[in-house]
Order: sequence, then structure tokens, then C-alpha cells
Amino acid sequence: MLLIDCPHCGLRDETEFACGGEAHIARPLAENAITDAEFAEYLFWRDNPKGVFLERWCHTAGCRQWFNAARDTVTHDFIEIYAMGSMPASKAGKAAFADAWRRNTASEAAAKPSSKGGKS
Amino acid sequence: MSKNTPHKNSKQGNMRLDNGGRIDRQKPVTFRFDGKTFGGFEGDTLASALLANGVHLVGRSFKYHRPRGILTAGYDEPNALVEIGQGNQQAPNIRATEAMIHEGLTARSQNRWPSLGFDIGAVNSLLGRFFPAGFYYKTFMFPAFFWKRVYEPIIRNAAGLGRAAKDQNDPDRYEKTHRHTDVLIVGGGVSGLMAALSAGQSGARVMLVDDANELGGWMLSETNTHIDGMSAIDWIKATAATLNAMPNVTVMTRTQCFGYMDHNFLTLAEKVTDHLVERPAHLPRQRMWKIRAKHVVLAQGNHERPLIFGGNDKPGVMMAGAVRSYINRYAVIPGRRAVVYTNNDDAYKTALALVDAGVKVAAIIDQRPAPSSVLMSQAMARNITVHAGHAVLDAKGTRHVGTVKIAAINPKSGDVTGQPFYLDADLVAMSGGFTPVVNLHSQARGKITWDEDQLCFRPSEYHEACLSVGACNGIFGVKDAMADAAKAGSVAATAAGFKASAATTPDVSEPDMVMRPHLLWKMPSDAVKGMEPKAFVDFQNDVTASDIKLAVREGYHSVEHVKRYTTNGMATDQGKMSNINALGILSDQLGKPIPEVGTTTFRYPYTPTTFGAIAGRDIKGLFDTQRLTRMDAWHRANGAEYEHVGQWMRAWYYPQSGETMEDAVKREVKKTRTHAGILDASTLGKIDIRGKDAAEFLDRLYTNMFSTLKIGRCRYGLMLKDDGMVMDDGVTTRLGENHFHMTTTTGGAANVLGWMEEWLQTEWPELDVYLTSVTEEWAVTTVTGPNARKILEAAGCSVSLADDAFPFMSYQDANLAGLPVRIFRISFTGELSFEINIKARHGMALWQHLMTAGAPFGLTPYGTESMHVLRAEKGFIIVGQETDGSVNPHDLGMSWIVSKKKTDFIGKRALERKSMALDNRKQLVGIKTEDPKMVVPEGAHAVLDPHQSYPMEMLGQVTSSYYSPNLGHSVAMALLKGGHAMKGQTVWFPMIDGKKPIKAVITDTVFYDPKGDRING
Ligand SMILES: [Zn+2]
Repeated sequence: MLLIDCPHCGLRDETEFACGGEAHIARPLAENAITDAEFAEYLFWRDNPKGVFLERWCHTAGCRQWFNAARDTVTHDFIEIYAMGSMPASKAGKAAFADAWRRNTASEAAAKPSSKGGKS
Repeated sequence: MSKNTPHKNSKQGNMRLDNGGRIDRQKPVTFRFDGKTFGGFEGDTLASALLANGVHLVGRSFKYHRPRGILTAGYDEPNALVEIGQGNQQAPNIRATEAMIHEGLTARSQNRWPSLGFDIGAVNSLLGRFFPAGFYYKTFMFPAFFWKRVYEPIIRNAAGLGRAAKDQNDPDRYEKTHRHTDVLIVGGGVSGLMAALSAGQSGARVMLVDDANELGGWMLSETNTHIDGMSAIDWIKATAATLNAMPNVTVMTRTQCFGYMDHNFLTLAEKVTDHLVERPAHLPRQRMWKIRAKHVVLAQGNHERPLIFGGNDKPGVMMAGAVRSYINRYAVIPGRRAVVYTNNDDAYKTALALVDAGVKVAAIIDQRPAPSSVLMSQAMARNITVHAGHAVLDAKGTRHVGTVKIAAINPKSGDVTGQPFYLDADLVAMSGGFTPVVNLHSQARGKITWDEDQLCFRPSEYHEACLSVGACNGIFGVKDAMADAAKAGSVAATAAGFKASAATTPDVSEPDMVMRPHLLWKMPSDAVKGMEPKAFVDFQNDVTASDIKLAVREGYHSVEHVKRYTTNGMATDQGKMSNINALGILSDQLGKPIPEVGTTTFRYPYTPTTFGAIAGRDIKGLFDTQRLTRMDAWHRANGAEYEHVGQWMRAWYYPQSGETMEDAVKREVKKTRTHAGILDASTLGKIDIRGKDAAEFLDRLYTNMFSTLKIGRCRYGLMLKDDGMVMDDGVTTRLGENHFHMTTTTGGAANVLGWMEEWLQTEWPELDVYLTSVTEEWAVTTVTGPNARKILEAAGCSVSLADDAFPFMSYQDANLAGLPVRIFRISFTGELSFEINIKARHGMALWQHLMTAGAPFGLTPYGTESMHVLRAEKGFIIVGQETDGSVNPHDLGMSWIVSKKKTDFIGKRALERKSMALDNRKQLVGIKTEDPKMVVPEGAHAVLDPHQSYPMEMLGQVTSSYYSPNLGHSVAMALLKGGHAMKGQTVWFPMIDGKKPIKAVITDTVFYDPKGDRING
């Protein structure tokens, strides 16, 4: 059972947490037209790397706060835990973010407000 | 040497020695085995007490029902599994080598029929070809009927281990407890004790756990090792006293560490009162410990390996170390004339112990061509014949070994080179080398390496903060092991943040010897190929050396495949005895060295553990939270039958005297539509939503618009997942400009709150919204039916309930019977309805007041079953019944609820996918059977032609189906492919078991009051 360092509560047993899967999946905005196949990159496609993975966790049986973590899926070591909405600071975490296939997808591009205006 | 011979007619066994042992001769114990009464002493295990009485035969083997005896003296025992206890305390598969006897203990052998001595299943042994390697897999390739009629009944009768108690109401109590510790040391032998000394002296919190009834480990079975000038046992006693005097050290015996998981989380099973005759009421039978340790030291020693030869499973064939243990620890001789068969020096100690105990040692058979050691010289000085370069080919005897067949071998090839000869013996003590216990180390994902010098796996890399020490680290000498452990104890304490140094390693005098076994995986035999006697590798699963060879011939070369194909190592002992021998045979057959063959995964649990300990007190009423509404006592007093809805207990229906469920529901739903019904709706999920962005948030959450909702009005909303599928529904009311009250389904309440929190925290943190679950805060009573208004008026309502003053889908704060309430005019029955929310503590008072006020108006309580019938009559969906995560609002015919104006809501983009609007999606329709009395079973599949050939083309399935007493016919809803365009068409529902298919017509989903006139009463 993993020991997880909740940023609000400290070290707690894994049974108090829920893993929310891959982190940093940007949600496409409705105004940015993308194909169904491109939208599927956001909706269905999830990474499953061997090694450092950036994932979301929620301390469901504790403070109920979401946070991000860089975890090694081989060793189960937590490399860093960082706030929701922020970026990884560790070298391995940064590399995992930069290397993710998602960085170059149309669905991620479509998550940025369009230059033509509309909803931001 | 003092003469120490067994008593001829002792009550505590005729194989019991006069002196020695760790038993308490002042405390004789009487116990029963298979109906016979035997005597033993406190400190005996069941195995040692049986052996003291000359009983070896204790069970039958799994497949062949061969007679089996006691092989070991510890928890690695594969054969001697017995049932202990009676009635509801009967426990199966207890290792006789671990169970301590106590007065009145009752044990039975297992896996035999009709009796242990004569077992019909033993014919399986003659039908050896019936159970070859891969038997189970091969059998599955037969036609199904062959399996069902022929194999399964035979296997079910013949196979299997012990029986669980018939009365499953276990009267014993079990507990679970948690502990954080700095250093956890597993194993209380001399290595574990040394590690504990080092760590304990540093001030670290130390836990030292051992599975046995006393500390000392293997040294309890040795007499020729001295530590610091005293006997090993005296040193152990003194050290235990030192440790017990340290307040920071916890010493636990009868405690097995059975699991090692991530981040140094370990599980222990403590046998608290198993060994006691009188079990104090305040103590549990067993206790499971969940430990989080900063550092772990594993000091679990090693397991001795059997040698592979014909009949090596016969009663009377035992591990050499175990024989020494029975003599030295329990003062029992397991035979009167022994052959010692070995490939290393250690078994010579057994030969000497046997001679000291008055047992005739017929010979030592040593595989090695030229053994030489001090022990060997001692043995020869005692006139023991040593046959070097020899092997045992076969142990003969029916129910016990009687003769041993021996021959000279080529020590490299294993080929028989000499004329076989025979020796009489009722005991064969065998030693095939030593396997360090790397199981927990491997569970914790530590790596192991093959030690070519000692022919064993030992730890090489650690994954967790952990060290293996002593014999389980491949260090077999006592002094070296203790030094290794002393150092590890200080390393562990240092890692845990303490200033530590290694405790001084004491002087140790021990026999000078080599533990390295002779390398020979081939089984020496002079039999014609294919006719070799059965030689067992896995005793518990009855896997022979030829089974492994057969698997290789049939193409199974990976160790994991061979394991599954032969079932080697898959029994409850998890291959503690068999893994290395199986690997050795495999490597020999494949012509590959062992490191290339690999090893199988070590899995949890390390030793079998009772479900009782794992469950602890989380059973029966404490298994899960049970949630009761504030009106529960009324429902109970009025005879309600209950239904589980998630954790909630909801009143299902209220049968009156003599009523069936059907009668009760019929009465309830009729009375509700003609007069009025009252429902306890407190379980509905309720979420209080506040903040200046509350309306904006709801617009994004629901498919329809909520920012336009006027204060005091209610709106039904549908919530989707971001894939466009329906997730939940409910009514949300605007209490104020920035204040909403949301209701969810009973079962979905926690999920919906979590879902909303997730979006607020992760996607839209900029929104100013606060969520509070208020489900438990409000007791909710629904009064519905044409008389609902009159009843509320009679109950003393402070506001006008007239249609214009209090319109449908609106809300008002009011006083009812002088108590403040929130009244929502919403309806799940299609009748005039008021949902009254009151502070929970007043829920019961209000309910009772309404029952009294409503009596003259025919107010009838109804339960969830009637609620379902009433809503189905109206075609109202239930999320989770009409939907299953693959249904979108269009499929439900609810396109009207999907806003086209909003730029975004959860699921919007997904709903626009082409696949979401296809005509052949499963769509919700009504189903009306031709025979009005016929109720289609829920889940029934619809087809157009019931006479088509298999597999039939299925249109979809029935989601809700009831008989409607108000309409006089059944009502059902179904999800059918292209259903919306099929209204008026006939469909059929084929039934199983020869019943006729049910004919029905596709209709609209609203069966009752399609115009909705009744909503205003
Ligand atoms: Zn927390």
C-alpha cells in the first residue's frame, strides 16, 4: 500500500486516496472545431508509460482536495507532489510533461482560446 | 553421552525420550486425533505429539490419495494438514507441525474416504495416467458433457483439501490493528535477536516478530552450538530478557509476517489464543497487524530441500533437519532404524543426534563422491557406515517406509553405476540443501541472484528500505549470520534516524562444516525409462519429477508455464519445499543454467492466513455502514419490508396482515392515485450550492439552463459525463440569487458531489462556488395524490397551496404544524405532490403528524416498489435502470432538455459526435404486452422474429417492467435499436426453459395520464 504525502494532511495510506488518472489533459473549448477523431484524443486516449507518469490524486477520505503527482509506475516512488493547476518542478516531472505524446495533439491545441474571440 | 532412550509404555508416547526437549513434562496434555485419544506435553506441536505416539500417517495426498506423513517441523509443511476444532470452530488445513496442542484439542485427518488407513481414492494412484501434468488443461479440451458428467464429479469427490465448518457462524472474535515502527524485524532466531539488540540499543522503536511459540528459531533444535560460552538456548533466553527490558522494543511470538507491500507496509497475523484451552473473553482469537516500518530486517532463515527419489513421499521419509528438531526440541524419536540421505554436511548432525537418542543409523547415503568433515569423522567414530557417491533409488513400503533401495552413482550424471542393495529402515532423513527464505524480500520487489557456490537464490538488490540477514541472506554459519544481523540492525536504526552501532557479536562455537549441496538435479534410477517410481517434487499438489519432464517434452519451457501446467508450487505451501527442485529439474531438462530458467513470482500471502484475521470485526452489522432515515422506527413498527439502496435501508412496501408483496403494492399504488400516498424520500441526495458563480457552474454541469431559473422555482436537470452519456438526474431549486438546492439520485449522491468537486478544483478553479452535502440534514416526506393539498391544509400549512399561489415546479419556505419546512411542489408520480423538507430531528414528528392529518383523506404509506410502479406508469426514467453509461439524452427521447444556446456544458462536444445521433442507437420506448397480465422480465431481449435461427438478432433489452394495477395491464420500458421509429410494431421476447415467447407492441413510454392533467390535483 502506497504512502502518499497529501499536501494538506501529510503522509497517509493509499486507501484514503483515489487516483484520477493522467494529469494535464487540456479540455478542448467548444468554439474550436476539431474532428471527432481529434476530440477522442481528449476524451478516450490515456497515456500509460513505464516510468515517470504525471497523474492526479484526490484525498477522498481526507481533505477531499485534488493534487498532481509525478510517480514512477515501475518503482511506485513519488518523485514530486504539486498543486493542481501548477506544473511539475522536478527534472523527471518536467521531462515527463514535455515528452508526453499529448503535447502535439489537435485536442490540446483546441483547448486554447481561439484568436477569433468567443468564449475564453 | 548420557543414555536417553524412549519409554516403552509412556502415556505421552512410546517414542518419547526420557530427557531433554522444550516440552513441559509437568504438564501432560490429552488430545484426540481421528477419534483416538493420545497424550502429549505442553510445548508439543500436534506433529511432535503424534510422532511421540508413533503416528506418522496423517493424511492422504491431493491427487493420488497416497498415504502421507509428517515431513517437516515448521510452517513449510506440505503434507500434515489437519482439521482442528469442532462445530463452528472447525478450521481446515492447519499444519500439524505448527499447531500447539492443548488439553481437549480435537484434530482430524483430511482428504481421505472412508478412512485414513483405507482410502478408495488411492486407486487414483494406480490410474497414474489419469492425472498427468496438464491434466486440468487437457480435460477442458474434452466435450463439455464429458467434463460435467464424468470428470467434475470424480475430481470434486477426490480432490480438495480440508472442509470449512458447516456452521459458518464463527463464534471467535478477530481484530485488526495498525502500528508505525522504526524497525521491524521478521524472525526471532539468533539473527533476528542480534538485529534487535543493535536497533534496540539505539532507542529506535523496534518490533521483533516470530511465528513460533518461543524465540530462538532453528537454534531451538540444535544442541551442538554454543554462544558466549552458554548453550544457544541459554543465550537466547538471556537476550530475550535484555530485549524485553527495553521499553522501545516490542517482542511478539506466534506472529507470522505474511505480506510485504509497497512503501514498507507489512501485514502480520498474530495467533492470540489458538493455543489456549480457556480463551479469555477479552482477547481475540487472532489479530492482524498492519505495520508501516521505516526500515525492515528480514531474518527468516532457510528451508531445507527434499531429495528426489522414488517413494520420497512415504510416511517415515522426513527432512533431516526436522528429525533433529523432533529429537532435540520435542524429545521424540521419529523412528528406530534410520537411513540418512544427504548431499551436504548438515545431515550428519542428524545422524549423530539419532545415535545419541538411541536410534540405529543403518547408513548415511551421501551423493558426494568424497565427503569429508569433522562431523563425518564423528559419525564414523560412532560406527555409522557412510556410503559416499551413492543415492537412494526407492523407498519401499505400503503405508510406511520399510526398505530403502540404494546404489552407487556417477556423481555428475546421476547414472546408477553399482549393483543396488537394500537396507531396512523405518525412517529416512533426507537433506537436499538449503533455500534462503527470499519470499517476503521478493514480494517487496527485491531482486534475487543465483548463488552458484551454495546452489540457492539469495537477495541481491533491495527495492524497499529493507535488509535480509543471516540464513535468508545466504549466510549459513551461525557466527557469520549473527555478525551480519548485528550490522543490519544498526543500519536499519540509522536509516530510521537514530544513532546506532552494531551490537558486539558473541563468541560462537559450532560444528565446522559446508552447507553447499552436491550439484545433481537428475534423479538416479535403474528403472526402465518411463517406469521410474513416483518421485515427488511438490508434495501438496502431487507433482512428480516425471510431470515436470513431461511438461518440457510437451513444449512448456518457461518456468511460469511449467508451474501452471503442472501446478507445481501452486498449493497452499506456495512451493516452499518444491520450487528449487522443480527449477533444477527444468534446468537439467532444458540444458540451461538456473539463472536462465528464472524463477516464479512470490505472492501474497507468505503463509495461509485465516479470513477471520483479514476481516477482523468488519463482518455482519459492521461490514458496511447502514444508513437509516429519521422515520425508520415508524417503518419498522408498521411492518415495512426493506430494500437496500446503496448503504441506505429503504422501506420497500408495507404488507398488511395476510398481504403478499403483490397485494401490498397493488393497494399502495391504487390508493395513491385515488386518494393520497406518503413516501419517505429522505435518502435522495441533497447538495447545497452557494457562491457568486453558482448559476454559471450549474449551466456547465447540466445540459439545460439554470442561470435563467427564477428564485423560488425548481427545474429538472440531466447531468452527462464528458462523453455525452447520462450520469445523473434530479431537481434543482433556486433558493436565492447565488444559492441552489440540488437533489440527486439516492445511489448517486456521493458520486455527484465528488464529480462537482472535481470539476471545480481541476477544470474551473476560477469559479466561486461552495458545495455542501446536506443529505443527512433534511428529512424528506412526499405527499402525493389528489388529496395531497387537503392533507397539507389539514396538517396546518402556513402558506396557500392553491395552484396559482404555489404552482408546479416551485418552492416555498413555510410552517407546517408549527415547524419550519421547505416545501417543493415537484412530482415523481404524475399526481399533485409536495416534497416537504424538514430539519432531520423533526422528521419523525412531521411524518406522524401527517399520518394523523391524512387519515381522513385515505393517506397511505408506500415504499420504493410502489414508487417504481408509479413512475413507470408515467414513463419517468431512473438513471442506472433505464441508463447504463451508454445512453445519451437523445436515446431517452429527451432531446428537449439539451440546450442549444449554451456555448459549453459537460458532454456538449461529445453529444455532437456523429455516432451519437445514429438512427440505429438503442432508444427508449414503451412496451405493452399482448396479454395484459404478462409482465416481461427485466433484462429480457427483444427480437422481431422469435422463430429465427440462433444466434438471434437482438434489438435490445427491457429496462423496467411492472404490472400496473391502475391501468390493469403491464407496463415496461426498453432500449431498442432504432426504437423511436418503431412505435406500433410488434416485438417478441424469447424466454428460456421452454416458455413461450412473449408478444408485445412498441409504444410511447407514458402509459398513464399522457396529457399530465393530474399534476394539479
Ligand atoms: Zn489531505
